[in-house]
Amino acid sequence: MRPFDYQRADGLTHAGQLADADEAAYIAGGTNLLDLMKLQVETPRRLVDINKVGMREIEQTDDGGLRIGALATNTATASHDLVRRNYPVLARAILAGATQQLRNRATTGGNLCQRTRCYYFTNIDQPCNKREPGSGCGAIQGIARLHAILGTSSQCIATYPGDMAVALSALDAKVEIASESGERTVPVRDFHCLPGDTPWRDNVLEAGEIITSVVLPPPVAGRQSYRKVRERSSYAFALVSIASIVEMEGDMIARADLAFGGVAHIPWHDERLSNLLVGQAPDRKLFDKAADLLLEDAQGYGENDFKIPLARRTLHAVLSEATGVDQ
Amino acid sequence: MNIHVKQDEAAKECRLDDMKQGILGRDVSRPDGLPKVTGTAPYAAEYKIDGCLEGVIVTSTIVKGEVTNIDASSVLDMPGVEAVIDDPRLTARAAQGTAGEAPAQPARKVGYFGQPVAVVVARTFEEARDAAKHLKIEYRVEDDAIVDPEEADAEAQGDGTKMGDLAEAMNSARHSVDVVITTEGHNSAPMEPHAAIAEWDGDKLTVHASLQMLNYNISELADSLDLDEEKIRLIARYVGGGFGSKLGVSEETVAACVAAMELQRPVRVVMSRQQVFQCVMRRSETRQRLRLAADEDGKLIGFGHEARVSNLPGEEFAEPVLQSSEFLYRGENRLLELEVARIHRMTAGSVRAPGEAVGMPALEAAMDMLAEKVGIDPVELRLRNIPERHPAKDLPFTDHSLAECLTKGAEAFGWDKGPRKPMQKREGEWWIGTGMASAARVHNVSEAKARVTLKADGTALVETDMTDIGTGTYAILTQLAGEMLGLPVDKVLVDLGDTNHPRGPGSGGSWGAASIGSAVFVACEAVRKQVAEKAGVSENELSLSDGRVMNGATLTDLLDGADISAEGHYEPGAISEDYTASGFGAFFAEVRVNRYTGETRVNRMLGSFGFGRVLNAKTARSQCLGGVTWSIGLALTEGLKFDPRDGHLANCDLAEYHVPVNRDVPEVEILLLDGRDPLASAIQAKGVGELGMCGGAAAIANAIYNACGARVLDYPMTPDRVIAAMPENA
Ligand SMILES: Cc1cc2nc3c(=O)[nH]c(=O)nc-3n(C[C@H](O)[C@H](O)[C@H](O)COP(=O)(O)OP(=O)(O)OC[C@H]3O[C@@H](n4cnc5c(N)ncnc54)[C@H](O)[C@@H]3O)c2cc1C
Ligand code: SF4
Repeated sequence: MRPFDYQRADGLTHAGQLADADEAAYIAGGTNLLDLMKLQVETPRRLVDINKVGMREIEQTDDGGLRIGALATNTATASHDLVRRNYPVLARAILAGATQQLRNRATTGGNLCQRTRCYYFTNIDQPCNKREPGSGCGAIQGIARLHAILGTSSQCIATYPGDMAVALSALDAKVEIASESGERTVPVRDFHCLPGDTPWRDNVLEAGEIITSVVLPPPVAGRQSYRKVRERSSYAFALVSIASIVEMEGDMIARADLAFGGVAHIPWHDERLSNLLVGQAPDRKLFDKAADLLLEDAQGYGENDFKIPLARRTLHAVLSEATGVDQ
Repeated sequence: MNIHVKQDEAAKECRLDDMKQGILGRDVSRPDGLPKVTGTAPYAAEYKIDGCLEGVIVTSTIVKGEVTNIDASSVLDMPGVEAVIDDPRLTARAAQGTAGEAPAQPARKVGYFGQPVAVVVARTFEEARDAAKHLKIEYRVEDDAIVDPEEADAEAQGDGTKMGDLAEAMNSARHSVDVVITTEGHNSAPMEPHAAIAEWDGDKLTVHASLQMLNYNISELADSLDLDEEKIRLIARYVGGGFGSKLGVSEETVAACVAAMELQRPVRVVMSRQQVFQCVMRRSETRQRLRLAADEDGKLIGFGHEARVSNLPGEEFAEPVLQSSEFLYRGENRLLELEVARIHRMTAGSVRAPGEAVGMPALEAAMDMLAEKVGIDPVELRLRNIPERHPAKDLPFTDHSLAECLTKGAEAFGWDKGPRKPMQKREGEWWIGTGMASAARVHNVSEAKARVTLKADGTALVETDMTDIGTGTYAILTQLAGEMLGLPVDKVLVDLGDTNHPRGPGSGGSWGAASIGSAVFVACEAVRKQVAEKAGVSENELSLSDGRVMNGATLTDLLDGADISAEGHYEPGAISEDYTASGFGAFFAEVRVNRYTGETRVNRMLGSFGFGRVLNAKTARSQCLGGVTWSIGLALTEGLKFDPRDGHLANCDLAEYHVPVNRDVPEVEILLLDGRDPLASAIQAKGVGELGMCGGAAAIANAIYNACGARVLDYPMTPDRVIAAMPENA
């Protein structure tokens, strides 16, 4: 850990002012940031503690959606009545992540911004373009078991490791962001960035910008589920995960909102899947087509080749369960 | 008074069964349990010592070569930094278990990526850690390092066993199996990281360390520091798990001592979790070829087990994969060979039941394949192949309980007897299946000393430098002394983990309980002799309970102000050479395998174990539960991932190295088959700690096959591997 200056913000504006310094970072639950600081993967000069800023509320919006404060803990969100009733995919995704102790500390904003678990990113004795631009990517031709199969670049093949954001993507939630210069709203589906040739960039936040809340649209009909595949039944990141909201009308699929975790640098959402599935009668062939489409451009890096068939099979499992098709 | 017993014969008459206190063998809770869960039991790093400086180990960023320069000036100006320790006495690796001499020195010669090379000492831990990351080191790199065991040359370890003609047996056999099975490397993963605090007063060194075998560690440390053993006091009262990784003196302990001696100040060195993974000994990965040749009825006529493991050049240890394969099953044509590939990854050493932990899962998966070929029940196949005597050495066994473990375990589990077929039962997405495997772990017993004092106030004190690494030593020694001296548990104090006491055997290889228990037993016999004299009865007549001579005086009255003390010295004699001694057991597992994702979860598991006398049913059961838990890890989740280019360990924390979590461990039933093995030790007990993980992974592997037809040949059986092996129609 490099020595740093610690400041506690007592309001949103104050937080913005404090963060207007070189190499400043917000700290919320600290469950990700502190670990990385101990390893000197993150070396902020100033920590701005936002835990006294408020933004913990979870409340209904005027149009019947739900606003979740950036500092609401993962536990508070997952156990909130309205979340459990109307957005079970979100509650399940959160509960599939980390451990109770971590979820008690982890926050909405911090969870969205959590960094990759790439082994080379967290080891400062190894090359990593994300941590040290231009140093190379250790994972390509290295140990890439956790890594991405979609949307990778020659610079970086890391995944976004979280679960909550995958559910938020399926739900088409919006991220509310504030800064000195005002406020803006970004769909979760556009919040994270592909690595491209700027692998150090995880998301669209600019320096000093702070997430204030996440807004869920009004609840929709359909069956919601979060399926997380992992070797250990708890306390492990997803090899592949799928958040799904699927509605049937008679024998036809009326809604199929899907998002995928563990496969890309972002919670992966492919609008084409909904277009393909909606209005169709579900069967094995249709699911295969959906998988073909999803994995059209998938590329493995040796160690993680298995994720391609695993994603296909998991999609089959999720769609079979949601549509009641017995394969 | 000292008393020395060397055991050349069976301990047929053991006084323990005639004693009247009635606490031995019972469910007695560990006396150290409450202090541990309330945080009052100090672990090595937790002693408060005035003026203690903090040392942080710096590790190499090259694979092989030499440190040519350590630029102390690069960090000496940083806040709080006191010194950079770069001393030829620093050790590059830990000592192997029971080495008794200094491990590889100096640290400047680099043999693997992540090897300790120096120590930065500062006022606070944070300052030391920051400085350690900034220390500038120059290397001379040797770029010929091979890090992949499959690419390296291998040399034979020992002579192996060759009997008859295995190839011919395979050719002529009615049924045969010829299969290659692999296991990945493992980390011991104790909760307490490796840690030490050293204090040097200019003449004597006092060291609080987290070590398993103080009796060897003191010699290793003395040799490393070039100091007389008499000048060193090692203390390890509580050890937060070792699992083999704390057998030999390790880098942080030597580093703390060197720093304290150089700086004339107390110094604490604690490894980070990442260092516990990258500098502490690994279990070698293995590649094992099993060849089983059987006749019509499944009787083995040929038995082949060849294994390849790895270690650093110069290290003597080779994962003893074939240990129990030597004697577990019959087969007159035998070939057992072990070879070691020399590679540049961290040292390979003892990790959780070295040998059988990985050898048995391979053998027992092959046996399952053979049972299928022969078309008989897998339990029956084992029963038909239990040999009368050691098949190669022709030695008799001490107490042999495999058959009983198999039959009683099968009955308690509700095992369906008969030939088996995969893919018979499905619940929704999940295939359900069962599997079984034998358990075996060689029994060792070792020299040990302990002092027992019956105090004038009617309490007893047991002293030895033996450690309790969470296994229950405090509890069983309390029970043994209490049983022999007729005292309830709260009147017996056991003082462990201090080299000021008589030398114990150390905790390792599951030999602790039988060895130190025998020493305490021998000491108690001597104490009883004196009590009998005072009471005016023969030793055989002396009956003690609840602090009284039966129908007579209290011990306090009898002692009349004078303590009685004896030092017991136990040594195994001819029993070690003339017999084959092993603990045995059987595992039964029911698993479910997801037909889409290949995820495997264990529904329930049962283990039945025979290891002579059960000293404490509760701690023995806990040991077996732990073993079964490790079996689940070995079968499904644990594996070290090494970078193919520089051999560094990629998954070096508990988030990415997957030991099983609570949710992975279902209801586990443990059956303890209490017995007496007079040839195992003076107290008729054998080792149990490691037995619980010697084969259990195969029960799970065999259950996966029975569930969904996927015969996975590589442990751990992660979803990707299960999917790859699943038949099309699953
Ligand atoms: C061992 C372990 C296992 C885990 N397993 C899982 C898992 O299975 N699934 C999963 O999804 N997660 C998992 N996690 C990750 C965990 O969910 C995250 O650490 C947590 O959500 C981060 O939240 P936090 O509030 O503690 O963030 P912090 O650590 O405080 O911050 C993380 C980052 O977010 C930034 N930040 C925080 N709040 C804001 C804000 N309001 N606006 C802008 N930036 C902000 C910080 O500057 C920092 O860069 C695991 C973590 C650990 C340590
Ligand atoms: S995959 Fe990305 S995060 Fe990992 S080493 Fe490569 S550049 Fe770094």
